[in-house]
Amino acid sequence: MSATDNDNVREPDTALAVAADVRAGRRTAVAVLDEHLARIAKRDGEIHAFNLVLTDQARAAAAEIDRRVATGDDPGPLAGVPIALKDNMCTRGIPTTCSSKILEGWRPPYDATVVQRLAAAGAVVVGKTNLDEFAMGSSTENSAFGPTRNPLDVSRVPGGSSGGSAAAVAAGFATVALGSDTGGSIRQPAALCGVVGVKPTYGLVSRYGLVAFASSLDQIGPFSHTVADAAALLEVIGGHDPMDSTSIPQPFPDVSSMLERGVDGLRIGRITDLPAGADPDVIARLDEAFTVLEKAGARIVEVTVPAFTYGLTAYYLIAPAEASSNLARYDGVRYGLRVDAPDTTRMMHASRTAGFGAEVKRRIMLGTYALSAGYYDAYYGKALKVRRLIAQDFARAYEHADVLLTPASPSVAFAFGAKGDNPLAMYLCDVYTIPTNLAGHPGMSVPFGSGADGLPVGVQLLAPALGEPVMFQVAAELERSRR
Amino acid sequence: MNASTAPPAAISVAEVQMVDGYELVIGLECHAELHTATKIFCGCPNNFGDEPNTNVCPVCLGLPGSLPVLNRNVVELAIRLGSALHCTVQSSIFHRKNYFYPDMPKDYQVSQYDIPIDLGGYLDLPSGSRVGITRAHLEEDTGKSSHQGGDGRLHGSSGSLVDYNRAGVPLLEIVSEPDVRSADQAREYLTELRAILEATGVSDAKMEEGSLRCDANVSVRKPGAPFGTRCEIKNLNSIRSLGRAIEAEARRQVDVIESGGTIRQETRHFDERTGRTHTLRIKENSDDYRYFPEPDLVPVVPDEAWLARARAALPMLPAERRARLAGALGVPPSDEIVGVLVERGRDELFFAAVDAGGVADRVAVHLQHNLPPDGPDPIRPGALAALTKMEAAGTLTATQAKAVLVDLVAAGGDGDPAAIAAAKGFEAMSSGALDAFVDAAIAAQPEAWAKYLAGDPKVVGAFVGSVMKATQGKADGKAVTALLEARRAASA
Amino acid sequence: MSSPNTPPPGGSTIGADEVAHVARLARLDLTADELARTTAQLAGIVAHFHDIDALDLAAVEPMTQPYPLVNVLRDDVVRPCVDRDEVLANAPLADDRRFAVPPILDSDDPDASVSR
Repeated sequence: MSATDNDNVREPDTALAVAADVRAGRRTAVAVLDEHLARIAKRDGEIHAFNLVLTDQARAAAAEIDRRVATGDDPGPLAGVPIALKDNMCTRGIPTTCSSKILEGWRPPYDATVVQRLAAAGAVVVGKTNLDEFAMGSSTENSAFGPTRNPLDVSRVPGGSSGGSAAAVAAGFATVALGSDTGGSIRQPAALCGVVGVKPTYGLVSRYGLVAFASSLDQIGPFSHTVADAAALLEVIGGHDPMDSTSIPQPFPDVSSMLERGVDGLRIGRITDLPAGADPDVIARLDEAFTVLEKAGARIVEVTVPAFTYGLTAYYLIAPAEASSNLARYDGVRYGLRVDAPDTTRMMHASRTAGFGAEVKRRIMLGTYALSAGYYDAYYGKALKVRRLIAQDFARAYEHADVLLTPASPSVAFAFGAKGDNPLAMYLCDVYTIPTNLAGHPGMSVPFGSGADGLPVGVQLLAPALGEPVMFQVAAELERSRR
Repeated sequence: MNASTAPPAAISVAEVQMVDGYELVIGLECHAELHTATKIFCGCPNNFGDEPNTNVCPVCLGLPGSLPVLNRNVVELAIRLGSALHCTVQSSIFHRKNYFYPDMPKDYQVSQYDIPIDLGGYLDLPSGSRVGITRAHLEEDTGKSSHQGGDGRLHGSSGSLVDYNRAGVPLLEIVSEPDVRSADQAREYLTELRAILEATGVSDAKMEEGSLRCDANVSVRKPGAPFGTRCEIKNLNSIRSLGRAIEAEARRQVDVIESGGTIRQETRHFDERTGRTHTLRIKENSDDYRYFPEPDLVPVVPDEAWLARARAALPMLPAERRARLAGALGVPPSDEIVGVLVERGRDELFFAAVDAGGVADRVAVHLQHNLPPDGPDPIRPGALAALTKMEAAGTLTATQAKAVLVDLVAAGGDGDPAAIAAAKGFEAMSSGALDAFVDAAIAAQPEAWAKYLAGDPKVVGAFVGSVMKATQGKADGKAVTALLEARRAASA
Repeated sequence: MSSPNTPPPGGSTIGADEVAHVARLARLDLTADELARTTAQLAGIVAHFHDIDALDLAAVEPMTQPYPLVNVLRDDVVRPCVDRDEVLANAPLADDRRFAVPPILDSDDPDASVSR
């Protein structure tokens, strides 16, 4: 729900409603866009969801959609839907900064696959959203261009790293948005902003054109107000891409048809050895979610995932290791920031030192250390084994449950600066989301009531690889129960 | 296919090159650019010499967000080469080798580390020795930087310009065991490897274009001692340089040791002008490539069907061709004529001519000495065969045959040798016609005839010479000798 | 792989020398203050990593890929390249054909030769 300061509280647009209206000629894409642009103009100065608002391009795209509708052409399933893209997805000719000084002003000469698919479906890109620099963070405080504020309480963070995209949807700046999730960077901000956020099965959405943070963990996914919108968006952007070797060679499963099935007979798992640390208000909402599902006909089962608790360590070895390699290319030679020096090596040192923020540098060094001679076996090598253990424990749990339910975030949105100078405190924000990335499983956060200070709480649903259909089936039930 | 560890009986041991009592120990690492239409991970053209930075895309430029997808033909060629070198072709994965350099678009190189596609094999050389192959693995090539100022050399340059056309070109790195024992053997190894790369279509292996590059690891030791410290000489760009560099480096190492020093393990460069090697960098101290499995690529698992197809598609390799030709000629495979004909690719023509009725050793001799060594087949098999049959029948002398060949080649390789010989007035004299000339020669040199009858073989030449003169070269030397023999026998 | 599977010498966490070393490997400069601060932060993080030492991983295979695919290959067919001007437009320094960099002093490139 987007609750704006002075506007009447209204049901936000859904992508499905907008597309239906635009295709039927009941509304114009330009009119829909203008409503969103008006909200952006009014509030984004304060929220700073966007690094870049694409006013002219969006208007041109919307006008083209309307022209096509007028000539009897079908512009696609997302016709006229205003969408915001996290600024780590390549948009041709349009700056893609990853909220980093080192890529400030960089204009990719190509579009990410998801961007191409959105265009083919008729969506209208409203702008590029703010993020923690190179997607490393859980609060969007690590952006080189200033933080994003939570639209529900501007003294608090929207979560991260896809804070800008989550805020854009929450504030009504875009109907839907795309983010990326490596350790929880869609699900956690979705929970903190009171919107739906989905990380698909690893390999179901192409990473071609997503600026890499951790290659074996990154996935692109949607933010939306409704479960149905998230489904529709995934069905457009997902499915095999020959440009991505890790792309699963099949189309995105049909999840839209699962949304009305209810949960009768499904087994919902409660992880009894989940790491502690969630606030009582968050736990209370989770308990209510179990109750709701049980009342609707599901069976609650208790499962254990013993290695779950080691996810944080495995993640903070694997992700920085891959990142240290993925971010090596930012050397001032071919694009991005260059700080001149008398020789190339010193130029690389100077450019990278000036261009990267503190958290990015920390993770690069951590990752370099984990891979370095003498330490590989003890750190990175071991982490890869812990990863296998986590996957095996999940597999055992899924023998007894169809879907697992956990908190998405240990707490509601926290205040700026609340995690202090302590990186570890920030890392703990992702304790419940990280293991899904390690296992390559899908996960989603669905808004489920509020917690402390009236701020939204999200419940996280987990399913095995390719388990999106049953995951959405349960999510829709939870959503229905809140109406 | 597995490599055998013990060479079979027919393999000879290489002759060891000694420098002042020290043995040379050499291992060779070669990089071959694969002969594919496109690069290893993207669809950019794999071309040499195009305008800088015109064969590039987000993938081979390593732009943010780009991802690699492996070229099927690259795997095919790696399997083919592995089969040709008698390696085990196995399932393999890619690793990232992390280091910074301006011609590296991602500042890591996608390569293979502990699980390469080809493992353990060997290469048999024409002279009969065998060199073990440790492994062959796939990796991507880097871009090219050219240095401005400082005579185009790295040191003293004012900056560099970088072209990424070559970035992402597929490479096979082929590593030999340290079995090579002389500069000659090293040259032979490189020549044979190049021939195999070309014959199998794996690479056009042109050292002058950089599609085959060779590094040599050189050390010296006293006979029976363990291996000495080795130095790597990088980027030798011709077979000749390889030999010169090895000898220069061996000489340097021996001098160092003999003057009481120790060899420092390092990378060196061979200077063509001075004929000496010099230090490029001290190895090992700061090298930490932080290898880890490449998460953007998945394992390559060739099934038996693919391996069988690749093996079946192999052409006859140089070693086999030498064996076949040697068998047909009844000589050892290490004979010079065998090596020469196979290297020139004239063995197919040999067999075609023999099949058309030609005389094997005459065909071979003509191919080696009397026909153009390069270019397309200079003569049709039938014409060559007919020519050699005339020689065997005695209707053409060897000298005459050579002259007829010149005309045949000039006429485009086809024609009737008999007609050409007749047109030149080249009939070799029949034995009957020769009788009169032989009798005349005997009558004209009675002292020489007496010596011949007494058993002195040296006077034969004088008789043959005078018969040749009297017949204006139309006599066949062998026929004359035969007639003289017959007269001696008859007078005994 | 690189070294035997033994914990790092001198303790179970990262020290200033190691931080300085990895900074160099990663082409990052640290002031003395930053080195001290980063060392403290990284040491705290690395110390936490030792929770996994309690696990028995002897029989566990490493997992590098979440979804097991093999043989993802593409045909050896030319695809469109990117326009050189568009690529060079992003270059910090270039002439009309190539990217320009300051002098390369090498010393960290293992494959450099004079005429690379």
